[in-house]
Amino acid sequence: MKKILLMGNPNVGKSVVFSRLTGVNVIQSNYPGTTVGYTKGHLKIGKNEMNIIDVPGTYSLSPSCKAEEVARDMFFDENPDLIINVLDATNLERNLYLTLQILEKNIPTVIVLNMWDAAKRKGIHLNLEKLQEIIGLKIIPAVAVTGEGIKDLVNIINEITLNKNIKLSKIPKMDDSEKWAFIGGILSEVQKIEHRHPSLLEKLEDASVKPFSGIIIAIIVLLVTMQVIIGIGEFLINYILDPLYYQYYGPFITSLVQNSIPTGFIHDILIGSGYEYETSFGLLTTGIYVIFAVVLPYILSFYFILGFLEDFGYLPRLAVLLDSIMHKLGLHGYATIPIILGFGCNVPAMLSTRILEGKREKFIATTLIAISIPCMAQTAVIIGLLGQYGIQYIIMVYGTLLILFITLGAILNFLLKGESPEIFFEIPPYRIPHMETLLKKTWMRVKGFLLEALPFVFLGILAINILYLIGVMGALSNLLSPIMSQMLGLPDQAIDALIMGFLRKDLATAMLAPLNLSPNQLVVACTVLATSFPCIATFIVLIKEIGIKDMLKTVVLMLSVALITGTILNIILNGLL
Amino acid sequence: MITLVELENGKTATIKKIEGGPGLKNRLEVMNLREGKKIRKTCSAPLHGPVVLEIDGFKMAIGRGMAKKVWVEEI
Repeated sequence: MKKILLMGNPNVGKSVVFSRLTGVNVIQSNYPGTTVGYTKGHLKIGKNEMNIIDVPGTYSLSPSCKAEEVARDMFFDENPDLIINVLDATNLERNLYLTLQILEKNIPTVIVLNMWDAAKRKGIHLNLEKLQEIIGLKIIPAVAVTGEGIKDLVNIINEITLNKNIKLSKIPKMDDSEKWAFIGGILSEVQKIEHRHPSLLEKLEDASVKPFSGIIIAIIVLLVTMQVIIGIGEFLINYILDPLYYQYYGPFITSLVQNSIPTGFIHDILIGSGYEYETSFGLLTTGIYVIFAVVLPYILSFYFILGFLEDFGYLPRLAVLLDSIMHKLGLHGYATIPIILGFGCNVPAMLSTRILEGKREKFIATTLIAISIPCMAQTAVIIGLLGQYGIQYIIMVYGTLLILFITLGAILNFLLKGESPEIFFEIPPYRIPHMETLLKKTWMRVKGFLLEALPFVFLGILAINILYLIGVMGALSNLLSPIMSQMLGLPDQAIDALIMGFLRKDLATAMLAPLNLSPNQLVVACTVLATSFPCIATFIVLIKEIGIKDMLKTVVLMLSVALITGTILNIILNGLL
Repeated sequence: MITLVELENGKTATIKKIEGGPGLKNRLEVMNLREGKKIRKTCSAPLHGPVVLEIDGFKMAIGRGMAKKVWVEEI
């Protein structure tokens, strides 16, 4: 099968072109040895079938980061039959540099001038015929988001991949300064720019990185984001997933197990006591409910909103805005993204710390995420337990986590030697996201979560269920409860719940709910629950990412932080209130 | 000549010289930050954060340490 590489600078709309060209059968893969992802898809024109790869965006073939290394390796090692080089028509000068590097290799290439409409709006006039003449290749003007030009692209792809006598560009090899001079020459011939006033969106772009307005915008974005994520999540649970579980799945699975294995150990592990999710504790009842009706809806809405902010172009601005603070915590503006991801699920957050350079930064980032970034499941627990008593208690928990995040980061930055590298990237313009691409991306991430985290969550639940049924959990809590209840000011049963919660947050909620704890006690319990341990899936990824030795350090830190914070909170809350 | 850090917000300038090794120069160059290019400084991010500048109508964020190595002349 023919192989096509889709290449171009970051933020030129490659993924939208990709999404237009391929059907739904898209696979997201990682390049061997990295987590820098690329997407593979299938394109069929008549009987002509092709594989198409969406290569990570790059400015040149001489890489300065992981994603660019992947792009270079793919270009040189994959032996593609055709390159589709996507260019941003509004930024031809910089985009053409990569094009010249690609053309040197003499692989059949099609050039797509994307954002043709934006160029017109910006007052950039391009003489397409002249450009084609100079480069010696077919150039397709396109607006990928509306689908304009895609048909022409498909025709040309078909033509080139079927035909053996393909025209290659006649542009000679040049060194770097010759390339820039050549590009300068091209531009003076084909491009005319007329002055336009900045649009409202462009004014907003500036406002969101300037110190004062930027921080206000960030706070608004954060609040709205939280509202929308929770809103979508609750809608999915109340109107779709809960009814499905309680009306169809629950009754079906309990009667099935009841009929085949009426009593005994296996029965208890599988369905526990009925299908009320809060009390049954069964693998196929509570386990399934928690994964699909507690965690998944929030993960889904979280990834959708995150993808929206990403495609809109907000996240890099947040990284710029927070870069200076992040450096004081031993991190880098880029670390904002794994940290934000962590609010959805710690597993992809841990995996995405690979975009950070250096072991030190990675250790700080993963540790901070594990300790002070509650995932959606934890947030659901916190809101579920404390929401009824008022927002001030929820703020207490999150405020404590924020203080922990900053103090721990500052301490780690002070203790660990080394420096974090500087920020250097393009801030993309604001753009209204393309819905289809956004939905596709959300689905791919959700699928990734299901495939990567779910088996571990399931195994964790199984292991804890077994430990619980054979009495190990009980013994453990008997041993630790007296000390902990003294320090945290909680009854013994609550400590049992916390110990359980080390591995199963959902069970902790279920166990804490009937204890009639005061709101202050719940604040302590929730904070300890959030800081002490991430879930088992995160744990396994943590070992994979930073190694067992560093993971043990993180665990010691985590447990001490949880106990110390819980004790201090207990003293403050019960002393003052 | 002044560095990018010293350039006032909102001012336009021409890049005159980039200090530093070939690695840094190459990294800046592929983003089209070259000697002779016209840039406009949008702002510095809060708390002495990175410098945000505009080049060919596109925004870039560049760390302070790097920005100190880019010498410009105000237009």
